[in-house]
Amino acid sequence: MSPAAQPILQSSHLLGIEGLSVGEITALLDLAEEYVALGRAKEKKSPLLKGRTVINLFFEPSTRTQSSFELAGKRLGADVMNMSVRTSSVTKGETLIDTATTLNAMRPDILIVRHQDSGAAAMLARKLDCCVVNAGDGSHEHPTQALLDALTIRRRRRLEGLVVAICGDVLHSRVARSNIHLLGKMGARVRLIGPKTLMPADVGRYGVEVFTDMQEGLKGVDIVMMLRLQLERMSGAFVPSTREYFRYWGLDRKKLAFAKPGTLVMHPGPMNRGVEIDSRVADDIEVSLIHEQVEMGVAIRMAVLDALSRGLPAEGRNL
Amino acid sequence: MSTRRTVFCNARLIDPAGGLDVKGGLLVENGKIADLGPRLFGDVDRSDPEVIDCRGLVLAPGLIDMRVFTGEPGSEHRETLESASRAAVVGGVSTIIVMPNTDPVIDEPSLVDFIRRRAEATAKVRVLPMAALTRHLAGEVMTEIGLLKEAGAVAFTDGDRTVANTRVLRRALAYASTFGALVVGHAEDPDLTAGSSVNEGEYAMRLGLPAAPAMAETMIVERDIRLVELTGARYHFGQISCRASLQAIAAAKARGLPVTCGVSAHHLALNELDVGPYYTFMKVKPPLRSEADRAAMVEGVASGVIDVIVSSHDPQAADTKRQPFAQAAFGAVGLETLLPVALALYHDGHAGLAHVLKAMTAAPAKILGLESGVLAKGAPADLVLIDPDAPIAVDHNKLHSRARNTPFEGRKFQGRAAMTFVGGECVFDCEAEGRA
Repeated sequence: MSPAAQPILQSSHLLGIEGLSVGEITALLDLAEEYVALGRAKEKKSPLLKGRTVINLFFEPSTRTQSSFELAGKRLGADVMNMSVRTSSVTKGETLIDTATTLNAMRPDILIVRHQDSGAAAMLARKLDCCVVNAGDGSHEHPTQALLDALTIRRRRRLEGLVVAICGDVLHSRVARSNIHLLGKMGARVRLIGPKTLMPADVGRYGVEVFTDMQEGLKGVDIVMMLRLQLERMSGAFVPSTREYFRYWGLDRKKLAFAKPGTLVMHPGPMNRGVEIDSRVADDIEVSLIHEQVEMGVAIRMAVLDALSRGLPAEGRNL
Repeated sequence: MSTRRTVFCNARLIDPAGGLDVKGGLLVENGKIADLGPRLFGDVDRSDPEVIDCRGLVLAPGLIDMRVFTGEPGSEHRETLESASRAAVVGGVSTIIVMPNTDPVIDEPSLVDFIRRRAEATAKVRVLPMAALTRHLAGEVMTEIGLLKEAGAVAFTDGDRTVANTRVLRRALAYASTFGALVVGHAEDPDLTAGSSVNEGEYAMRLGLPAAPAMAETMIVERDIRLVELTGARYHFGQISCRASLQAIAAAKARGLPVTCGVSAHHLALNELDVGPYYTFMKVKPPLRSEADRAAMVEGVASGVIDVIVSSHDPQAADTKRQPFAQAAFGAVGLETLLPVALALYHDGHAGLAHVLKAMTAAPAKILGLESGVLAKGAPADLVLIDPDAPIAVDHNKLHSRARNTPFEGRKFQGRAAMTFVGGECVFDCEAEGRA
């Protein structure tokens, strides 16, 4: 964490897990451990990013990811600006490019962006001079979520050889994609469980096992990751009803019993209780890592900001 | 009135229709081919201003591009008939068939007339309009096929839209067949493909992009073939993109149905992986398919099941392409790259030179009932002089189209038009351009 700290990331952006090496992932997780400790201390702040500007640009409403990044930036001493952009579907793209050029002129050091379209973060990275962190782009990737999940797991279990089930709406989930990449790279075995309407085509070619039945899919599983099911996808479009979905794919104690004893449960939040997860599972501190995930989220985001800042020029830039 | 003559000597004459491929000469008089043959002009005076020394290059019928979208009327900032024609001549294209997907839609005889007059006044190539098959391209009510045909519409199509309603299409096909009119269809099930922007598969999943399966095309191909069987209409699939569609059309042809089809140059050269990190210039309709499907398209041209190669030229401006992938418009410009991209089939040994050229000359001419597309006495002197080996690198800054959305940026090809003639007039001379 000193100014002479070693570089961690090859790229000056964090756009996805797909482009990261095992070494980069491990280094980020190790660095995050230091920030877990810092977050638990009385003095939670570091002056590392003092004078730097971090912009949170959120085109989709998000409470926890946005506040997690905000807190991470503030704990590192950066000036953090939050921009929530509500857009109509017609002007979405135009707003993105226009906003990007406007923001560029404000000379931010790090831009954190969430957008409803896949590839939006990559597009901004091409247009802007600052570091770009993808905080979720469409159905593509959500790299800090996968990193915080890995950090949470790693504190309890060894990632290599672990059997992880990702359950629910894989088709639309950026969390699932980032986790598939990350867990695969780190040597874990990934299973996907859900109805066929929520499974992407050719998903089997990803080196994962695919199940439609929870009982079968959860057999021998160490970690169960539940995915959020968007409400608009539940009434006949992808699944007929919430009660039918809960009956077959909602995680309750009965279904959890099919997994290994001591299985841990994760959820990226916010949860739909009674849809994809039963409250008795979600609130069971013996099995649920959901709150720990939130804590790890701040630490991971501090680590990401730290890592990216190491590539920033020490002096001001002449543009 | 004096006779206007142009003499082409020392050429490699290729007439894809007649299978002619010989060294020789060709005489143009008053805009028409007056004579041609191996013994013609062997000893002509090459300093004569009427004489063009072809230096052994290929002299072939000018290309006919059966699928061109422009922005005129309505979106002239993207492309006009004039700017499209400038791109066309550089690509060796002497006739463009323009789609009715404009604003307003070409669904009235007066609008067909507008396109023809406008083209005559501004364009350097022959411009033949297709008219809409249904009013406003809405897929509900058929257009005045008889009157539109009289006004000069060469075929009827809803462009890049599929007529979803089978009953409407059945009646439109039956009605069109009354006039012997050609119907050109687009095959993509509108419900299955709604909201999708790429081919369904592993790569689409990786990018997290909304995707539709290739069979969304084949379903419509099969449906439309059944309707052709029922109605007897002459039917051309504007472009297909996957193996299963190819097989369905091969089977229909074997049954003797009046069905033909085309493929775009980009579906011969690119596959779904070329989308890369969300390159919106690779977003086309139908989407780029798997490598197996791309290879099938090449095979289809080689075997002749695919009759026509088109550019599917669809100019888009920065406002529609500089967007997140899912929001960006479909389409790629292609008039200038059609010939070089198609010639790759010849250079790679998939098909003979005459066979490749046929898919852009004699074949579309026959389907559309045009006099051009052949080297024959009395035919219009629409000609292209091709240097089949000249190396080119695609540079979007050098394109003549008003739009720059080429999917081939930076790619290298072999073969280009050296000169282009329309009605005996030189409309493009590569060397003159180079000097200018």
